[in-house]
Amino acid sequence: MIDQADAAEPGARDDAPRGTTRKAEPDSEQQQRGESALTARTITINRKPDEVYAFWRDFSNLAGVMENIEAITVRDDRTSHWVVNAPGGRTVEWDAIVTEDEPGRLIAWQSAEGADVSNSGRVAFRDAGERGTFVTATLAYDPPAGVVGKLVAKLFQKEPGIQQRRDLRRIKQFLETGEIATSSPPNPAPKA
Amino acid sequence: MRALTWHGKHDVRVDTVPDPEIINPRDAIIKITSTAICGSDLHLYDGYIPTMKAGDILGHEFMGEVVETGAKSTLKKGQRVVVPFVIACGSCYFCGKHQYSACDNSNPADNQDISEELWGHPAAGLFGYSHMTGGYAGGQAEYVRVPFSDVGPIVIPDGIDDEKVLFLSDILPTGWMAAENADIEPGDTVAVWGCGPVGLFAIQSAFLMGAQRVIAIDHFPNRLALARQMGAEVLNYEDTKIYEALMELTGGIGPDAVIDAVGLESHGLFADNVLDQIKATAFLGTERPHVLRQAIVACRKGGRVSVPGVYGGFVDKFPMGAFMEKGLTMKSGQTHVQHYLPGLLNAILEEKIDTTFLISHRMALEDAPHGYDIFKNQQNDVTKVVLKPGLAKAA
Ligand SMILES: NC(=O)c1ccc[n+]([C@@H]2O[C@H](COP(=O)([O-])OP(=O)(O)OC[C@H]3O[C@@H](n4cnc5c(N)ncnc54)[C@H](O)[C@@H]3O)[C@@H](O)[C@H]2O)c1
Ligand SMILES: [Zn+2]
Ligand SMILES: [Zn+2]
Repeated sequence: MIDQADAAEPGARDDAPRGTTRKAEPDSEQQQRGESALTARTITINRKPDEVYAFWRDFSNLAGVMENIEAITVRDDRTSHWVVNAPGGRTVEWDAIVTEDEPGRLIAWQSAEGADVSNSGRVAFRDAGERGTFVTATLAYDPPAGVVGKLVAKLFQKEPGIQQRRDLRRIKQFLETGEIATSSPPNPAPKA
Repeated sequence: MRALTWHGKHDVRVDTVPDPEIINPRDAIIKITSTAICGSDLHLYDGYIPTMKAGDILGHEFMGEVVETGAKSTLKKGQRVVVPFVIACGSCYFCGKHQYSACDNSNPADNQDISEELWGHPAAGLFGYSHMTGGYAGGQAEYVRVPFSDVGPIVIPDGIDDEKVLFLSDILPTGWMAAENADIEPGDTVAVWGCGPVGLFAIQSAFLMGAQRVIAIDHFPNRLALARQMGAEVLNYEDTKIYEALMELTGGIGPDAVIDAVGLESHGLFADNVLDQIKATAFLGTERPHVLRQAIVACRKGGRVSVPGVYGGFVDKFPMGAFMEKGLTMKSGQTHVQHYLPGLLNAILEEKIDTTFLISHRMALEDAPHGYDIFKNQQNDVTKVVLKPGLAKAA
């Protein structure tokens, strides 16, 4: 689990959020576990924290706004099943278990045993007054070994920063405007 | 449909392309009746703006008739509208503050990466102006898709000619905001570099805002003549040393406010400018900012610098010393068109502002490549080209 990833650690040299460090933290829990990718990003959404939280908490909403998601199936209050497109026409899957849930403030999750890509994440919602909500998403991935692992690593380690910020922008667009801005002509073969 | 498409430096063509369709609920489709070529289009034409792709449809100054509406558009079929060149969602923090050209949401998520990396923050979407500002198809075409059509387009009453209102789409509000950014006080002397459409409308606006004197700078006699008609004193930079003339005209004080209505393609044979041109051709730098340097150096102590002229990258030899030591203020930006539309439309309807004097050429959409050529190469005679998809191609 990533601890307080959206805030500076107590005793740190400055007040910088954790995702902005210049060097990988050698003793971090995450490194000890062999996870190599951590991305953290904050975006401001011009809606109240409760509203942003509620949208996010129903994970099935995310499939429509995030890229590369094949399907998200909500199994029960804590468990959802994610099918994500990987390079080479493959998909990777996992069950995500909610590990922390504070309405209007925080959602954290962790992939279950047997995940193709072991991962964990948390998203924190902080009231930003007339500007809406500061939303901080922190993700950590533990890429598998082997050839598939390399492909997956390509998607999840090099790209996640870009992927994450684009996904956050789309979520913001959807919540603020009711649609997702596009300049592309309609896809002739929309995905089911 | 037919549309003017970009294929490379000085290569634009009228091609047959797929018709636009409604994609999002707030979209509308407009059938274009009039569309203009802008000085900003020349930056694309001259290859100064990155992230253009062959086949991109240009055009960001347009108006027409609503022919299709999405479920959440507030427009009605048959309405005549002028469309702002800035695309704005109306519901983000910036739109809430009427800073429409800072809209967070109108640029598609993937296209925002480039400007975020180059400028620190993603730019808003613009029509027909490269992929870093959204990759939206422009309006030099028979039809255009207008996103967020409930926020941008302004409905024009029947019986008002296209030519009276077309420039609400960009250059009239741009000239107005340029003057507003100069924080003009009654009695001020304002110097305006560039007597293209933006400069001329800035001159008109500066007088309306109470400037006592406006000094206009260019080198095309016809454009300077238009500035003089508006009441400006004019300086031709080919005949005159601009800094010296400005000082003499203002008793050594300098203009209270200076406006750079030229932007990144500033021309003329000045030592610093020639160096810039060599660098720009060698891709070492991106801009040729002679005017901006001259304006800052000429501006009076404690004065205001307004920059409607477009810049995209880095400026070399920026006179930071003059700027800081004289305590200047600078304001700039793509125009917050939506903010100015109701007021400026009223001013046109009440005949306080006329913009039709600017149009020197009208032609068919099919003749648009010729329009680009003459707007670029015969600027003395060609002050503004309006394209009409309804007109037949010249023989
Ligand atoms: N901020 C905005 O939202 C916005 C909107 C529209 C246009 N613009 C920009 O405003 C600028 C002017 O647009 P336009 O349509 O009037 O262009 P234009 O090309 O018609 O006019 C530019 C004028 O500047 C003159 N000029 C060139 N070098 C000069 C120099 N050294 N000193 C004095 N004058 C000089 C030219 O002779 C020409 O008459 C462009 O950079 C354009 O991209 C900005
Ligand atoms: Zn323009
Ligand atoms: Zn907006």
